[in-house]
Amino acid sequence: MSHKSRSSTVVKRQTRAPIFAALGDETRLSLVGKLCGRQPYSISQLTRGSKLTRQAITKHLRVLESVGIVRSVRSGRESLFEFDPQPIEGIKEYLDVVSKQWDQALSRLKSFVED
Amino acid sequence: MQMNDRIEKRIELKAPVSRVWRALTDYREFGEWFRVKLDGPFVPGQVSRGQITHPGYEHVKWEAVVQKMEPERLFSFTWHPYGIDPKIDYSKETPTLVEFRLETTASGTLLLLTESGFDKIPSGRHLEAFRMNDGGWTQQMKNIENHVAQKS
Repeated sequence: MSHKSRSSTVVKRQTRAPIFAALGDETRLSLVGKLCGRQPYSISQLTRGSKLTRQAITKHLRVLESVGIVRSVRSGRESLFEFDPQPIEGIKEYLDVVSKQWDQALSRLKSFVED
Repeated sequence: MQMNDRIEKRIELKAPVSRVWRALTDYREFGEWFRVKLDGPFVPGQVSRGQITHPGYEHVKWEAVVQKMEPERLFSFTWHPYGIDPKIDYSKETPTLVEFRLETTASGTLLLLTESGFDKIPSGRHLEAFRMNDGGWTQQMKNIENHVAQKS
């Protein structure tokens, strides 16, 4: 394995816990809910219909951006935010590993009680 | 969007519920199949401690808090999945909840396993721990991957 691919694996592992944390907040989860329709939104659009201020929404978006779930794109003078599914697919991978460990433990339990 | 924060398993066991209950809740029997040497019996509300016996993980401590023991129905505990790095103090982090539910079937027992709360894993401590124990953590992840690959 080359050094480059190894370090990218490390980065992927490191980002997992913060992704869970970033999504462990109602406001941010609902922002992701809006954004995951794949259409980019401006801060004004995201603030509309919300009880939160523009500043608060911006702060939450920055948290999501910092873990890579959301990225901002320029559109003229405005910043638009869009959803990036890649890190969440990384979470699935993490759950898959834990899930496989349970499969193994349960199959040992099965032989244990059926023998 | 549906956030995947839990693991669910169902398994049919050709053994009576009473037998499965004992395998789950007798600390010695649990240790046999889970591969952990526990210090003492499971008691609701109390911490269960021990040492993992799974080959390659003998340095790992087991620590869980027993939640519910409803005879032949429900056994649950909270713990820190992936608590595999001895240098990290996991005790401040929100644990996940593991629940074993049993149902009688014609051929024996239906076991439903749920592990939930993966969305509550906090950032601060983990981030710091990842940074500090990068090498060790990466190696452990590698070990698990190899292990999983061999078994499947």
